[in-house]
Amino acid sequence: MARKAVLEKAAPTNLPFAYRHYDAGQLREVLRKMYLIRRFEEGAEDCYMRGLIHGTMHLSIGQEASAMGICMPLAEDDQITSTHRGHGHCIAKGAEVRKMFAEFFGKTTGYCKGRGGSMHIADVAKGNLGANGIVAGGIPIAVGAALSAKRLKTGKVVVSFFGDGANNEGAFHEALNMASIWKLPVVFVCENNGYGMSTSTARSTAVRNIADRAAAYSMPGVIVNGNSFTEVAEAAHAAIERARTGEGPTLIESKTYRYRGHSKSDRNRYRSKEEIEDWMSNRDPITLFEAELKEFGIIDDSGIEAVREAVRQEITEAIEFAKASPAPDIGDLQNYVYTELA
Amino acid sequence: MDAEMRELSYAQAIQEAMAIAMEADERVLLMGEDIGVYGGAFQVTGDLVERFGVDRVMDTPISELGGAGVAVGAAMTGLRPIFEFQFSDFATLALEQIVNQAAKMRFMLGGEVSVPVVMRFPAGSGTGAAAQHSQSLEAWLGHVPGLKVIQPATPYDAKGMLLAAIADPDPVMIFEHKLLYKMKGPVPEGHYTVPIGKADVRREGSDLTVVATSIMVHKSLEAAQALQAEGIDIEVIDLRTVRPMDKRTIIESVKKTSRLLCVYEAVKTLGVGAEVSAMIAESEAFDFLDAPIVRLGGAEIPIPYNPDLERATVPQVPDIVAAARDLVRGAR
Repeated sequence: MARKAVLEKAAPTNLPFAYRHYDAGQLREVLRKMYLIRRFEEGAEDCYMRGLIHGTMHLSIGQEASAMGICMPLAEDDQITSTHRGHGHCIAKGAEVRKMFAEFFGKTTGYCKGRGGSMHIADVAKGNLGANGIVAGGIPIAVGAALSAKRLKTGKVVVSFFGDGANNEGAFHEALNMASIWKLPVVFVCENNGYGMSTSTARSTAVRNIADRAAAYSMPGVIVNGNSFTEVAEAAHAAIERARTGEGPTLIESKTYRYRGHSKSDRNRYRSKEEIEDWMSNRDPITLFEAELKEFGIIDDSGIEAVREAVRQEITEAIEFAKASPAPDIGDLQNYVYTELA
Repeated sequence: MDAEMRELSYAQAIQEAMAIAMEADERVLLMGEDIGVYGGAFQVTGDLVERFGVDRVMDTPISELGGAGVAVGAAMTGLRPIFEFQFSDFATLALEQIVNQAAKMRFMLGGEVSVPVVMRFPAGSGTGAAAQHSQSLEAWLGHVPGLKVIQPATPYDAKGMLLAAIADPDPVMIFEHKLLYKMKGPVPEGHYTVPIGKADVRREGSDLTVVATSIMVHKSLEAAQALQAEGIDIEVIDLRTVRPMDKRTIIESVKKTSRLLCVYEAVKTLGVGAEVSAMIAESEAFDFLDAPIVRLGGAEIPIPYNPDLERATVPQVPDIVAAARDLVRGAR
């Protein structure tokens, strides 16, 4: 939706969901976290380019509203499973960027003590059960976590993030079916950024919308503009409430776009510069959100500048923390394969 | 036999272990295809659904990958699921969750989670079920660090090792030979455990060490009995655990007997016997060997349907007798 249309719709008596539901402080925090995600990924990319980080990474720059919109309605002890493009989910769920950078640098102070890296970033204490290197690998795991929540009566809701590519994996279909027949408290969130690596959803997927798949599993399928924080948060809020009250799962399709390539090896041969430029210039989730915040008098330009500065500082300090942290001892190579007996 | 020992079948022993664990701990639940009112394809879960209800004896759809993944996720978040594969062959449908997720989750997350899931695999040939329902794939999973892989051979061990597996904080894969399900043996009442990672010397002997797995333990004991009459004294070790392997028990035995024969049902090449052989070749027991190490394993073919062909595919008692005799007599 164009920015103008959103603003026109936003009569004070009929404010968009987020501006009715969250107070000014919460909304400013959402903006801060969207910046934190973007600057974290830009910082990680920069460290990679300078040879400070090895391996590969999958950046979600351009998808920040989706991560924040889904996680904002979650309680702290609710859980998520994430994907290879999971830095945003991790931060949105409450992770500290310094421990994330430390992980990328392979240090013992990282979330996975240097064993997981970008692709397995997790923050179990904050409910992030981990990013996953296998497309659709986390979806049945989320259903299992939801089974625990139901059996153990913890009241938790589990969100499973995955991309458009995952919707053609068998695990997706098996997991959605089981979640539905057992009415489990889980929300399936497909962040459809248009491409599974290089293959467009039009070429890979028989249905027009991935949310259309929900009908096959008797659950609501909801399509949202993934670049609009308020639209995503509204759909997530409803789905999470539905899950928490025992009504069962929902499939949310969050239509968004990644600015960067699939991973560091991507030469962007499958999409045009114009297409990328169009998304960056006209549909950027942070730009859109800032405009709304200003429109509703929640923040002004100097406030935005202060947020950017604070985030810049946090990222710089986080990278320094990672650099200064100790590397794992080679003698500890065997650690964490099996649970250590007390 | 102790007063509290009764004879139970291997299947009954497993069922009893599950019932004891479920009584003791609300978090333990069973998942699998047709394990509820049907009682499981081999009647291992039997009537447990009547005792514990459908919420704890959960029939899953025919979705091995998704079902295994649900069990992994549940194990990571506080439950103690026991997932039954209807046939071990169907592990092939779920390898992603077993190999990439269950086995590696703790490691990838730097020790922040454990995955206390138990997966049960009815395995092996001899039931006329042909090539897709008769395999022995324990070496496949035994190759994966992060998993524990066990093959109990007796009702006593089936119960005690399953109870140990349920209490274990890490994923334990149990391969149960289908022909053992009806085998009876002494099983104590109540809770006890048999440690994972510990082999058992089933028969002491001085001339040859046989390391056998699962049903081959019984065939090897029969062969040993037959060779007794010829004055050949065979030690039979029940490996019991594929990973982590109890190297010490095997090394000490080979140092005593100076000869090693590995007997297993799985396809011979790259199987458990290869690992045992290599382990001995690398150990101090190598210097004690008086003969080449010999492996008796399954033929390099899928399991055939015809019963005579099926029997001929895996080691039988006469094959073990002949191989053992040749080894001891120096014909090898």
